[in-house]
Amino acid sequence: MSGTAKRLLLAVCLSALVIAGCSDGSDDRPDAGADTRDERPTLTVYTGREEEFVADLFDEFTEETGIETEVRYGDSAELAATLVEEGDASPADVFFSQDAGPLGAVDEAGLLDLLPTEILDRVDPRFRADDGDWVGTSGRGRVAVYNTETVDPKDLPDSIFGFADPEWKGRLGIAPTNSSFQAFVSAMTLTEGEETTRRWLEQIMANDPTFYEDNGATTRAVAAGEVDAGLVNHYYKYEVQAEDGKLPIENHYFEAGDPGAMINTAGVGVLVSSDALSEAEAFVDYLTSPAGQEYFATRTWEYPTVPGSGVEPVEGLIPLERFRGPDIDLSDLGAQLQPTLNLLAEVGML
Amino acid sequence: MSEIAASDGTGRRAERARRPLPPLLVLAAGAVAIVLALPLLYLGLRATEATAQSWDLILRMRTVWLTVRTLGLAVAVTAATGLLGVTAAWLVVRTDLPLRRAWAVLFALPLVFPSYVGAFALLSALGPRGLAQQLLAGPFGVDRLPDIGGFPGAFLALTLFTYPYVYLTTAAAIRGLDPTLEESARMLGHDRWRVFRRVTLPLLRPAIAAGGLLVALYTLHDFGAVSLMRYQTFTQAIFLQYRAAFDRTPAAILSLMLVGLALIVLVMEQRARGRARYYRSGPGALRRLRPAPLGRWRLPALAFSGVLVSLALILPVAVLVYWLVRGLDAGTPLNLTLGAAGNSILVSGGGALVAFAMAVPVAILAGRFPGRLARGIERVSYAGYALPGLVVALSLVFFAANYTPAIYQSLPLVIGAYVVLFLPQVSEPLRGAMLQIDPSLEDAARTLGLSRGGVLRRVVLPLAARPAFAGIALVFLTAMKELPATLLLRPTGFETLATRIWTGASAGLYSRAAAPALLLLAISAVPLFLLAGRIEVEEVRTG
Repeated sequence: MSGTAKRLLLAVCLSALVIAGCSDGSDDRPDAGADTRDERPTLTVYTGREEEFVADLFDEFTEETGIETEVRYGDSAELAATLVEEGDASPADVFFSQDAGPLGAVDEAGLLDLLPTEILDRVDPRFRADDGDWVGTSGRGRVAVYNTETVDPKDLPDSIFGFADPEWKGRLGIAPTNSSFQAFVSAMTLTEGEETTRRWLEQIMANDPTFYEDNGATTRAVAAGEVDAGLVNHYYKYEVQAEDGKLPIENHYFEAGDPGAMINTAGVGVLVSSDALSEAEAFVDYLTSPAGQEYFATRTWEYPTVPGSGVEPVEGLIPLERFRGPDIDLSDLGAQLQPTLNLLAEVGML
Repeated sequence: MSEIAASDGTGRRAERARRPLPPLLVLAAGAVAIVLALPLLYLGLRATEATAQSWDLILRMRTVWLTVRTLGLAVAVTAATGLLGVTAAWLVVRTDLPLRRAWAVLFALPLVFPSYVGAFALLSALGPRGLAQQLLAGPFGVDRLPDIGGFPGAFLALTLFTYPYVYLTTAAAIRGLDPTLEESARMLGHDRWRVFRRVTLPLLRPAIAAGGLLVALYTLHDFGAVSLMRYQTFTQAIFLQYRAAFDRTPAAILSLMLVGLALIVLVMEQRARGRARYYRSGPGALRRLRPAPLGRWRLPALAFSGVLVSLALILPVAVLVYWLVRGLDAGTPLNLTLGAAGNSILVSGGGALVAFAMAVPVAILAGRFPGRLARGIERVSYAGYALPGLVVALSLVFFAANYTPAIYQSLPLVIGAYVVLFLPQVSEPLRGAMLQIDPSLEDAARTLGLSRGGVLRRVVLPLAARPAFAGIALVFLTAMKELPATLLLRPTGFETLATRIWTGASAGLYSRAAAPALLLLAISAVPLFLLAGRIEVEEVRTG
């Protein structure tokens, strides 16, 4: 057997050599050669935003600035995990995330660069990182979407706590595995404390809610009349109605300061390892410019995050000043996520 | 080798065990094992970063409860697919079921559905306010159907879309049976059921176990069906750690636990497979058995076939067509994505061929030189198949981005990922084939002057051609559906049909996802036609 073992060891060593050999001479990446030519390097963007909704934005950016982009679409959290595994070797210049959580995770790994003060200053303070490493590009508010044929809007509660009432038994849809629901529960824990949050979750569970995979599925279920109302983000009504405008759904907003009215943000950060820093900053600049803000307001039905841009949310949305959720710092959500998962598991939602 | 002739009466097994391992074979199998071990190495690295906190977290996650749920689902799905798969195979190969040629193909086709598409279709059709309810609302006034989410939904989706693994392996094995064994048993006075139970079923054990193993491990690593049906398993918990908590250490520990579960399944399969010898020692009979008349079982058999095909094939296709028509009605462009289809075929085909090439040394080692080394390499090769695609993808992200940047985000890496993920789908049938080839044939070829390589090329591979083709086809099919690894490792901007489906579905635009999904089914159906079409063609010609 020892002869076999030796041969195996030899095999291992040889393979290791082959693998190591492959890693040599790998510096000839396209970006490295770009300096010699007289054009700006291509900007590599990792984004968790849906291609269907933001593809045009990248084209408009290129048209405006002359900077070519290579866009990698994926799930925001999976891309965050990818960036952390890539570390300094990442080909990415910019991370453009669906919400604040994944940005926080990448930031915590020390991979995001400080943004220029000029950009930071223009963004509403509640939509940017404390350390100045990322900024929010568009706001995404929590609402209750309801079926206009089965629900009288007067019967909808002003506070998220109202859905704990037994009159909502069997009528509510939620998506507990979805990150936006979890972020909302985290925010609620931060402002109302764990006990209150747990009690609310237990009451909701006692009301026998229907679980869905995500906000889109919840919204469709409300439109189909499977449930009367669902806890989702505000723009799903518009997305679903873009496919079928006749669907009987409407958004219900919670009162200002209510935990149910939490507002999260899609955002963007520049990777420390980027070899196209000025192009990356140009991209962040564009997203927070009036043109970028206009795109989000009109094409993805989100809230502008730059007060001075002069862009108003699309018709039918309440103004951002009235959309005030719990008073929390989005940067604090990250640390709260693991306890939230445990809490959701304990009450039986996961 | 002269030892071959040195029989001393201790029996074949002992004699073979003493045969020295060919160094080239060990080298090749070892190299394959190293590639396949990368995810384990990565998980080991991440797990060592664990702090007391992460362990505390793991304990709080009720892992025992997760284990029970995960294993429960795997056992239930494996048992159900065994029942469905063996019944379907038996009906098609051995009975006079009408339209057998058509059923042979139809039974195999549900394998084309990615579990996320299949589960979505079942939900849209059978959900509380799904299409079925809308059909029933008019005539019967059904207001809502019971929710199929949770265990029933996950069980139904996984069973319906994975039973073809058992069906295909079993149908091939039934066809390869020596009819004289059963005929002798009949002549000795056993009735048909007894013959099936006492003679046929034991002979089919390795095939059923092989199919069952693929199903069980598929169930362990599946995310699409369990997440859409909201049934929490290990894989779902791992995804939650990445997606919701961005915590890779608990995710790594959970993944290693999942590998542990897979090891249990592997040991169970080895038990089920048994230690028997499956090749025939005599010349055997090459004719086929005449199909058994179904008699009064004809109608139930037809009903079984009809219901199975309706649920597992017609219903999901109908749902996709419904969404496509709805989208076209609303003016959504067809979104046919032919380029993505070409890309899918390219990477999946590449993955299937490379996986085959890498499976050959593993299968020969396992089939001809059983021992600790062979078993070790075989088990390592199953790690990637038991792990969720996301975990395997992240391990390759880590190694490739940091150590082989030249191939990072390139097609070779995507193909490599498919090999790590799906190799057992081709190495398993190959190993099975090795067990059915009488080693004395190889010895004879060697004595007649063929080199080892010559024996492989001219004796073994031709005899194993069918299982090899079946294995290559399975890898191709599974790679066509693969999403998480493709998404993370593909070259930027490289689209496959699976990524197109994801693009549409993740934006909630199901009508945009329907066309690529239907195209994926159409392309995947081709190898299945070839594979399943042969089952019956053979039978008709000889029977």
